[in-house]
Amino acid sequence: MEVQHFNYDNKIVKYFIIATLIWGAVALLVGLLIALQLAFPAFNLGLEYTTYGRTRPLHTNAVIFAFIGNAMFAGMYYSLQRVLKARMFNDVFSKVHFWGWQVIIVLAALTLLGGFTTGKEYAELEWPIDILIALIWVTFGANMIGTILKRRVKHIYASVWWYLASFLGIAVLHIVNSVELPVTLLKSYPVYAGAQDAVVQWWYGHNAVAFFLTTPWLGLMYYYLPKASNRPIYSYQLSIVHFWTLIFLYMWSGPHHLLYQALPDWVQALGVTFSIMLIAPSWGGMINGLLTLRGAWDKVRDQAELKFMVVALTAYGMATFEGPMMSLKSVNAISHFTDWTIAHTHIAGMGWNGGMIFGMLYWLVPKLFRTPLYSKKMANTHFWLATLGILMFAIPLYWAGITQWLMLREYNANGLLTYPNFLETTTQILPMYHFRIVGGLLFFSGFLLFFYNMFKTIAMGSLVDNEPAEAPALTDSTARKAGETLHRLIERKGVIFTVLVLIALAIGGAVEIIPMLKIESNIPKIAAVTPYTPLELAGRDIYVANGCYNCHSQQIRPLRWETDRYGEYSKIGEFVYDHPFQWGSRRTGPDLSRAGWVGSSTYKTAIWHYNHFTKPKEMNPQTIMPAYPWFAKNSVDLTDIPKKIRAMQTLGVPYATGYDQKAVADYKQEAQNIVAELKASGVEVTADKEIVAMIAYLHKLGRDISPANQKQ
Amino acid sequence: MNIMFLLIGVSLLAAMAFLFLFIWAVKSGQYDDTFTPSVRILFDDDLISETEPKEGTEKHMEGKNPDKEESKENSKHSLPESQ
Repeated sequence: MEVQHFNYDNKIVKYFIIATLIWGAVALLVGLLIALQLAFPAFNLGLEYTTYGRTRPLHTNAVIFAFIGNAMFAGMYYSLQRVLKARMFNDVFSKVHFWGWQVIIVLAALTLLGGFTTGKEYAELEWPIDILIALIWVTFGANMIGTILKRRVKHIYASVWWYLASFLGIAVLHIVNSVELPVTLLKSYPVYAGAQDAVVQWWYGHNAVAFFLTTPWLGLMYYYLPKASNRPIYSYQLSIVHFWTLIFLYMWSGPHHLLYQALPDWVQALGVTFSIMLIAPSWGGMINGLLTLRGAWDKVRDQAELKFMVVALTAYGMATFEGPMMSLKSVNAISHFTDWTIAHTHIAGMGWNGGMIFGMLYWLVPKLFRTPLYSKKMANTHFWLATLGILMFAIPLYWAGITQWLMLREYNANGLLTYPNFLETTTQILPMYHFRIVGGLLFFSGFLLFFYNMFKTIAMGSLVDNEPAEAPALTDSTARKAGETLHRLIERKGVIFTVLVLIALAIGGAVEIIPMLKIESNIPKIAAVTPYTPLELAGRDIYVANGCYNCHSQQIRPLRWETDRYGEYSKIGEFVYDHPFQWGSRRTGPDLSRAGWVGSSTYKTAIWHYNHFTKPKEMNPQTIMPAYPWFAKNSVDLTDIPKKIRAMQTLGVPYATGYDQKAVADYKQEAQNIVAELKASGVEVTADKEIVAMIAYLHKLGRDISPANQKQ
Repeated sequence: MNIMFLLIGVSLLAAMAFLFLFIWAVKSGQYDDTFTPSVRILFDDDLISETEPKEGTEKHMEGKNPDKEESKENSKHSLPESQ
């Protein structure tokens, strides 16, 4: 058989490695900043752009898509070429993928800090960036599938299957969750509303964890662990079995993020059932990884990269056991809305993804640059700093989560809540937030050692941009035979056929189903619930832009200690005009669903809100809420109001025909009422200020179904 | 909850795609041998770089800077250790 000579593209791997190092530093630094902000509000720096509601999405997006994303591409581009015995399909695609991804990251950072956000966790980026992501992702996929098709080895190694599933999964999830109606260049409304939006968002949210943080990394583990330990994977068969099981089960477990919330029971039960089943394939991966090291544990003693991988697999095993447990309703009642979830995600993020990244790069960089690692000692120190950092980070947060839950549900002998003021529960766990900063600092200082070590190693070594390789040609059984129809050809090309079918069906399905999603036809409606007035809508957009959902939920679960604290539990019908939904996932502050229900514990007067936004410490000395003095200075752009009303009408919100023309007049009139109310309390503010719209919005929350409203 | 039709539909489509890939994989003999692939990846690189440069590679090396010698020296040290 003919032996073919070709080159591996090492340069693209180097690019992604350098991007990983730089964005990793940025992402962790922002993480450190938000940890400081939660403990010491002064670190919000008094700027609109650096308050927690905007920096927290920056941290999550930077860690997931910039740090972990670039590392994953580096690992994939290196291993794909080698296991398939082929250069990447197209060098231009590789470059477009790399630079496109970096442009996305920069745009993401700028827009998130600027307050341009869709308000959906881990999918915050606005519509132009969403489109760019889709294009770049497809370029990456085409490049990978092209490489698979021109491979010189018939057998497709396990890792490649994981990569392929990751590409397909993210493509589908990103597109479905990002269907949004643009209003202006950087503002859009999701087509889904309320409970529907919540289901789509967490279907996406959970599977982003699956197809961005799990499947690619299992694929990478199946390549880099055997390479680093020079041992074949413990059971190749198990890798196949748990791959297919895992990808079939993951898609269905999203609703476990919405337990006890305004969602039909059967949807919740579906999510829980599949989540429990996921333990098996997840542990398949952990077991397979750890057993690969049987008889080779002495290597773990000597090689820092293996130490990291062992910690990664252990963290993966713990997180994938904990996850299904957290999706049980009784456990979820504790973990949801508390720091338990934050601890869980950091075990997975720092332990599993971080461990795999560090492990992979400690092996890959010396190999790629043909030099020994600059300092083994530094790598070992990094290992201990990282491992201790994770523990110092996670344990206090588990403690904080459980403590807060215990306090929130404690009743005194009179049958009243022992801690009726939410702030008491936050103040109680603040010491744990200080520990978290120490944990984060340890992890970050370890990262700095890694950063230095990597760049030193790169500087010492030399990269062969195009590494020569040779392999026998693969007899092409898929070439087009004489007289064969095009369809027969495609049919035999399994991969390409699948992709085409998927795209075709997804487009067809979307076209058919999306019009059905308009709110008239579904969801038990509540007659009293009315659309937002133009002023309230503007306030809601400010609420979203400032990321209030990062600390405040709008969802009261039907648990006694929640209804006693906040009031009537949340109903599906309350949210039918919410594009996007703003239920939140963590309560650093109290729930706001009943902030407009006169007489509820969270109802506050206009002047209270004014003072609280401008000087929160004066209202609650112990509060950790950042101040928003610019709400009283910034003006709302009224020219966008008619556009927003028209967009809402397109999405099925029943404003009267032609209302967009009257909206601005209505806006001004309603704003004047609040201005007059504030003036009576001694505060002068003009009607166009953001704070007026914010007060109007907060006073809308829960008002429609409140007894005061029913009487009118 | 009409949205569930969309999500179940999309999830089923994705599942079908994966099912198709699975059937294709089994039929095309991908899983006939579930042992050698695990060992093969351990041997599949550095075929050329470890041996004397061949015709095609010599041309490639020419364009490089002169301190190439040093790095070749380095690679000899580094590789066996990580294997």
